[in-house]
Amino acid sequence: MTALTLQGEAGGWRLHLQGDWSLAALAQIEAQLAGLPGDMHGTLDCDWSQAQDPAMGTAWGLLMRLGEVGRLEIRHSGNPPHFLQLLQKLEADRRAPPAIAAAPSTVGLIGTLGRWSVLQGRHGQAVLEFFGRLVMVIREAFSRPRALRPSSLARHIYETGVTAIPIVSLIAFLISVVVAYLGAQQLSKFGADIFVVDLVTISVLREMGVLLTAIIVAGRSGSAFAAEIGVMQLNEETDALRAMGMNPIELLVLPRLIALVIALPLLTVIADAMGLAGGGLLSLLNLHIPLVQFVYRLREAVSPTTFWAGLIKAPVFAILIAMVGTYRGMQVRDSARELGRLTTVAVVQSIFLVILADALFAVLFVKIGF
Amino acid sequence: MSDAGATPVIRVRGLVNRFGTQTVHDGLDMEVRSNEIFGVVGGSGTGKSVLMRTILGLRAPDGGTVELYGNDVQQMAAADRSSLVRSYGVTFQNGALISSLTVAQNIQLPLREYYPASEQTLDELAELNLGLVGLSPGDGKKYPAQLSGGMVKRAALARALSLEPKLLFLDEPTAGLDPISAAAFDELLLYLHSQLRLTVVMITHDLDTLFQTCSRVGVIVDGRMISGTLDELLQNQNPWIREYFHGARARAAGKEAHG
Repeated sequence: MTALTLQGEAGGWRLHLQGDWSLAALAQIEAQLAGLPGDMHGTLDCDWSQAQDPAMGTAWGLLMRLGEVGRLEIRHSGNPPHFLQLLQKLEADRRAPPAIAAAPSTVGLIGTLGRWSVLQGRHGQAVLEFFGRLVMVIREAFSRPRALRPSSLARHIYETGVTAIPIVSLIAFLISVVVAYLGAQQLSKFGADIFVVDLVTISVLREMGVLLTAIIVAGRSGSAFAAEIGVMQLNEETDALRAMGMNPIELLVLPRLIALVIALPLLTVIADAMGLAGGGLLSLLNLHIPLVQFVYRLREAVSPTTFWAGLIKAPVFAILIAMVGTYRGMQVRDSARELGRLTTVAVVQSIFLVILADALFAVLFVKIGF
Repeated sequence: MSDAGATPVIRVRGLVNRFGTQTVHDGLDMEVRSNEIFGVVGGSGTGKSVLMRTILGLRAPDGGTVELYGNDVQQMAAADRSSLVRSYGVTFQNGALISSLTVAQNIQLPLREYYPASEQTLDELAELNLGLVGLSPGDGKKYPAQLSGGMVKRAALARALSLEPKLLFLDEPTAGLDPISAAAFDELLLYLHSQLRLTVVMITHDLDTLFQTCSRVGVIVDGRMISGTLDELLQNQNPWIREYFHGARARAAGKEAHG
């Protein structure tokens, strides 16, 4: 369908607009406008009489193209749409002041590197500042117990700890069943079935109990911390707190931090118990090791330090998860996209830091023979 | 009612909206005619925004009918949502610009969805809509968080206009603006109304805006709507309406508008 036909020649042109000129025909009209000759001059008479439902968008496209193709004196006839005058006025305004062109960027690779370094430096500074403020708040809070906010603390212990019990239990149970099952496949080749107990108990108590719990909690609560505080940032709630003389770090960060330091070790104990239960159950059903023998072997295999070697890591992981989550939440500015990005960053970084810390603990424990 | 011949743009009949046991609208009638600016006022919690959401087809009413250009909104919402939303433009109270997109991209968002065209054309259309609301092309490159309150309202209006609707809904368009920006917005609205032949439904608490722009006003009282021209409402004896239009602030706004 043709939307326009051009008649005439140099000096006096006549443009007939016909057919559908609503926004629905935008792409089509755009293509046909592109086909207008490039160098027209003289007068051009636009005949609107056969254009149906002309829309501002399409008319604007027409004006833009006609403004580009050459020096034309344009007249509109045939009952042009009522908004045409407005569009012509806008177009005239548009041409008036040429924007001052920005100086071309001369920044090359070195500049990019420099900017990146400065940004990283500022970032490190911000992390240090946050850490410093947090330490100050903690010191203050212990001299003024009211700052610990028991009700808020209880809520966070419930949300991060109690509600996480089912998923933590389930995962610890299943993973230790898998470890015991696969371990039994290998160990039974040597007739060393009974060592499955050693394998399960030591791996669950030293490593997997606490590490799995920390990773689950980082996913659940680290993201929740970042998102909650992030939304409060977007709503200017943190600014409101500051304006009322309250410290957002004391009100928002500290309860979450302390709650997680309390909840994560407790969750770890539960995960340890469920892991041992899973190992014991599989030993009974698959390897026919009676529970009494399982417990007897367990006491042989495990020294008291095995349990503590796992549990002692839990508060450290809790601090890492809580600090990363709340710090990223406090960084949220301006937009919903930032909120999503920083929540993701919070989870990824806290899991990374937990695993890094776990590796350092492993090296440390081997060195000191713990 | 005068000029009963023409089909009203919006016709609401016996509208009932309930939240739990609380009845917000109880047999509300409303009629908006072509090419008028209709103001909706009412105390807090009288369901102004709920009314707008119901007319827009975003909420199914608990009773009554809503017609846009003679078509039932609920039926349209069920059958062909895209043609329903193309028939009106809306601005929300806080602008509701998508914060991860620039202003120009916000304006292009509905255009891209319904009328695919080249990037150049879309850029030109963004420029057109920015121009209509008095923003510069440079403002189009900014993100919503970088705009002032007045610019956010204008940008939201530009996005609402991008599909060239004949009907415009504005939820508190001047709330939170300083008086000068608010007056400029009123002027812009009147200008666009006359140039683009729009029908406008506006929820507002700004008495200046009400007196400056609205040709008719509907007041929600006790779950129903009392509508008329401002002069008619000024004569109304309902205590809430009297309080509303004869309070100190209203007298000041009215004096300014009339003389």
